[in-house]
Amino acid sequence: MVEKSKYDINVNRLYDQLQKVKDPEIDSVSILELGMVENVQYAKNHVLIELLPTFMGCPALDIIKNNIKQQLLTLDFINAVDVKFIYNPPWTSDRITEIGRQKLKEFGIAPPPIHFEETGEWRVNCPYCDSSYTTLDNIFGPTACRSILYCGSCKNPFEAMKPISTLM
Amino acid sequence: MFSTAAEAVQNEKYKQPLIELLYQLADDDFILAYRGSEWLGLAPHIEEDVAFSSINQDTMGHASMFYQLLEDLNEGPVDCLAHARPANERLNAVLLEMVNGPGTYLIEPKYDWAFTVVRHYFYTVAKKVKIESLKNSSYEPLKHIALKINMELYYHLLHWKTWFKQLCLSNDDAKKRMIQAINTVIAEFDGVLSLGALANEMQEHQIIEGEDLLRQRWMNEMKNVFSEIEIPFPLKIEMKSGNGRLKEHTEDLTEALKTLSEVYRTDPAASW
Repeated sequence: MVEKSKYDINVNRLYDQLQKVKDPEIDSVSILELGMVENVQYAKNHVLIELLPTFMGCPALDIIKNNIKQQLLTLDFINAVDVKFIYNPPWTSDRITEIGRQKLKEFGIAPPPIHFEETGEWRVNCPYCDSSYTTLDNIFGPTACRSILYCGSCKNPFEAMKPISTLM
Repeated sequence: MFSTAAEAVQNEKYKQPLIELLYQLADDDFILAYRGSEWLGLAPHIEEDVAFSSINQDTMGHASMFYQLLEDLNEGPVDCLAHARPANERLNAVLLEMVNGPGTYLIEPKYDWAFTVVRHYFYTVAKKVKIESLKNSSYEPLKHIALKINMELYYHLLHWKTWFKQLCLSNDDAKKRMIQAINTVIAEFDGVLSLGALANEMQEHQIIEGEDLLRQRWMNEMKNVFSEIEIPFPLKIEMKSGNGRLKEHTEDLTEALKTLSEVYRTDPAASW
């Protein structure tokens, strides 16, 4: 077995720290699981993180930026952190990882539908009882990325992550 | 094709129309997001309050991105571009600065929902047409942002189209108010469709397609919808209260800027 280089170990530690940066509004899901981290460039004591914003007017973006800096500066081999938002490629909801989708569900938020019909219609199952007997109450919700739905089976209102796709 | 701001600023002939267009896009979204935000707590029902706020937040985010592109082209800091420019330096269409109705947010707001629905719907269709064209812009940073905005715009368009059609197909009172609002909006809508004095240069440098072509696409979409609601599409599109692309504006904009920049002006150096 090849021994891991110091560089690789450090990169792993960077990712471990990034895993600790959560969505300020959904504190069970990390920015890695949301698919927001596009690039991690590390050289000498400096790291550059390139992030894809989920929604452009999202007020959590600045908080996320500061939280990343805070987390990464705790590492002994880092003394400068740059966080940059980039728009290419655009963030789409299919970037959320399988674990991310699971954690959203545990938080009470249905993950975005994987299939998106051309008519714009989409369906998600209830995050509490998994019933498909759900109705969309409001495409818009308490944050830019969420919609409000209702489950006809367990009678719970719930939220879902909006599907966002370049097909739109 | 210009892939960075640093490249674009070196070409004066390219930079001028690019900057002009970015100011139009930024100022349009900025002032309409502000007018929309004045509805918070006053929208017809709570679901609409949630939806409209979300749309305004997105739209303000789009304005902020356009201002960011301007900052990258050395036009000054985003906050300053958004808050500190007086009315006679703005390029937004006059229609978008018009008050929501009589009264103010704090004192007896008798806002007009029909006017709001029509203004937002017509504007969103026009914005969609421009954004679709910008997905092929020769200025790459703008092209990338257009693709991102387009995905959010999808939901805005769906929202306003639903309101527009349902109210137009509702009872006589609703229909009457909608027709009145359509006439008010159409009397100013040419200001939204106009790309201003540098429209030809914008087209020539493939920053965006030609004004006439974009206008035609908007008209086609409108005519389709109007055939569904069985209301004749108004023949004459005008800009009666002035051409915002030439920095002509009304007192409504001056007042709006005074209100929205009040906090900013208390300490322009503060970090928010």
